[in-house]
Amino acid sequence: MARAASIQTRIGFTALAWGIALLLFAPILWTILTAFKTEAEAIASSPTFLPQQFTLENFGAVQDRSDYFKHAFNSIVVSLGSTLLGLAIGIPAAWAMAFAPTKRTKDVLMWMLSTKMMPAVGVLIPIYLIFRDLRLLDTLHGLTLIMTLINLPIIIWMLYTYFKEIPVDILEAARMDGAELYNEIVHVLVPMAVPGIASTLLLNVILAWNEAFWTITLTSGKAGTLTAFISSFSSPQGLFLAKLSAASLLAIAPILLMGWFSQKQLVRGLTFGAVK
Amino acid sequence: MKLTPILVGAFSLALAASASAQTLTIATVNNGDMIRMQGLSEAFTAETGIALNWVVLEENTLRQNVTTDIATNGGQYDVMTIGTYEAPIWAKQGWLVPLDGLSADAAYDVDDLLPAIRGGLSMDGKLYAAPFYGESSMVMYRKDLMEKAGLTMPDAPTWEFIGQAARAMTDRANDINGICLRGKAGWGENMAFLTAMSNSFGARWFDESWHAQFDQPEWKQTLDTYLSLMADAGPAGASSNGFNENLTLFQQGKCGMWIDATVAASFVTNPNDSTVADKVGFALAPDNGLGKRGNWLWAWSLAIPKSTQNAEAAEKFINWATNKDYLATVAAKEGWANVPPGTRTSLYENAEYQAAAPFAKMTLDSINAADPTNPTVKPVPYTGVQFVAIPEFAGIATNVGQLFSAALAGQMSADDALAQAQDATTRDMTRAGYIK
Repeated sequence: MARAASIQTRIGFTALAWGIALLLFAPILWTILTAFKTEAEAIASSPTFLPQQFTLENFGAVQDRSDYFKHAFNSIVVSLGSTLLGLAIGIPAAWAMAFAPTKRTKDVLMWMLSTKMMPAVGVLIPIYLIFRDLRLLDTLHGLTLIMTLINLPIIIWMLYTYFKEIPVDILEAARMDGAELYNEIVHVLVPMAVPGIASTLLLNVILAWNEAFWTITLTSGKAGTLTAFISSFSSPQGLFLAKLSAASLLAIAPILLMGWFSQKQLVRGLTFGAVK
Repeated sequence: MKLTPILVGAFSLALAASASAQTLTIATVNNGDMIRMQGLSEAFTAETGIALNWVVLEENTLRQNVTTDIATNGGQYDVMTIGTYEAPIWAKQGWLVPLDGLSADAAYDVDDLLPAIRGGLSMDGKLYAAPFYGESSMVMYRKDLMEKAGLTMPDAPTWEFIGQAARAMTDRANDINGICLRGKAGWGENMAFLTAMSNSFGARWFDESWHAQFDQPEWKQTLDTYLSLMADAGPAGASSNGFNENLTLFQQGKCGMWIDATVAASFVTNPNDSTVADKVGFALAPDNGLGKRGNWLWAWSLAIPKSTQNAEAAEKFINWATNKDYLATVAAKEGWANVPPGTRTSLYENAEYQAAAPFAKMTLDSINAADPTNPTVKPVPYTGVQFVAIPEFAGIATNVGQLFSAALAGQMSADDALAQAQDATTRDMTRAGYIK
């Protein structure tokens, strides 16, 4: 009986997991299917599941009107650039907080997290004025900088959590062997925390890739990323759903593939330290 | 792990990629006429050597971006696409460069611009934005269903007739709704329609000393008429319907009538998208015998922000995009039916255009019937037909729109919605300093 119940439970949980996964994937699937429909079919009030008239013309129309590759290049530069810069600042910062804490470390961590609690639009005007005066509007380095700053709290928090799992004795042993601070971090700490660093990197690339508020507000064409590219295909008047879906599919494809191939690493990193 | 070289590489890549040549940056909305202009603009670059950098955005995103930029003197854009709501407010703030060059150019012929549209874009006699396309609203109806109901649509119907026809055309068993109207909340959504409708009932947003008027009988009559019409003859779930949702319903033969933007005429008569393309008739927006019709007036226009470094080149571009030759270029390449409508008198005198666009006369009559400086029966302290040209309006009207949308969804009564609208609007106008 116990065995039967366990099989039933397992089937139940598997079905539940599949159900939730399909529910979460449904909007993406719908976007993918819509990208291959005609505009009239995409907006039909009795929607079709599979495209009745399979077409690739939306992709052609999207590329005709906008330059996908330029936007994709900008997205890659900004998301990778900001994540690497964030790691360069975040690794030493997290080391200090994990291995050389002071009375105020917890407060500093909370303060950093609190910056994420304010809606972005609340600081729009000051940031815009700073960018205007520093001539950073519509530049890739400006966008890389702001993306680094908004994701830095998450990077530091994630790295701090991973570093806390590493026994301090190993670092002390390295120090006793004569390792300097730089060597201790780069050659001892970082290799041990690779799963954590990798998942931080992946998650922040995804966050920076999908960020839409700042990338749309602070750019006007030259430095526009794929989120600005998608936004140009939405419209309050006329037929646009199929083209918008095609643009969205093109924009999410690279990050979807990256997520697919690195899911093992992501899951391992995100559950790091979850089981003692 | 060698992190340093990777970091230096990534950042210098960012630096290198962001350095590029100077161009004219144009912010515009994503709609058919603008996209066509983008496609044809290579001719402008070839003619003048001025390169163009296009920023195409959805209407609300565009509004947020250009407002942020112009209010902070950011200088990201050289040419901005703005509506009739922004033009007078921004001109008054001193944010726009007056288009004196266009007014002085005989070939541009500024007097050819439709007076109602030009009036909405000018301040103290100076033009601050050049109209790219203009629109009003009108009744689009199914000729076959009207005939089946035994009625004939007059060219200038009354609300009474519209109510009678909508109820007669409704056939719930066959999923045909007598009338489809906007219900989605927003100052440019349901409130554009309801404000225009209220003008024909003699209602106004504010009296001459800026006191809200939702406690007056004209607003009650407007809202009661709208709600009972939608209850008897409107589609299910109408409180979430905007332009696109109603367009789809109409194109699929599920609406007997639809009162909305004149620009929809070309969509509902296009046989590629519409199943009822050959059955559509047009009429002026309804009235109530008070001398005002329930139609609005809007123009997407091109303007130059004060913060630009390239004002001269920007004006050259605006001249190119809004002059008579541009209309002829579009006609030669894409046919007269695709020419941006509603800006020039000469277009409506053109026999070829009249032949290609069966809705041309109705569009012109609708635009001419709207008067932004004198929108309703009683005097008002503001300009604007379906909006009030003050910066606070977008917020206030979106709030009121949510109340009216809730009334349409049956979540509150018309009286409650009006009472709350009156209180909220009075509070906001007092805070903003209009009511002393």
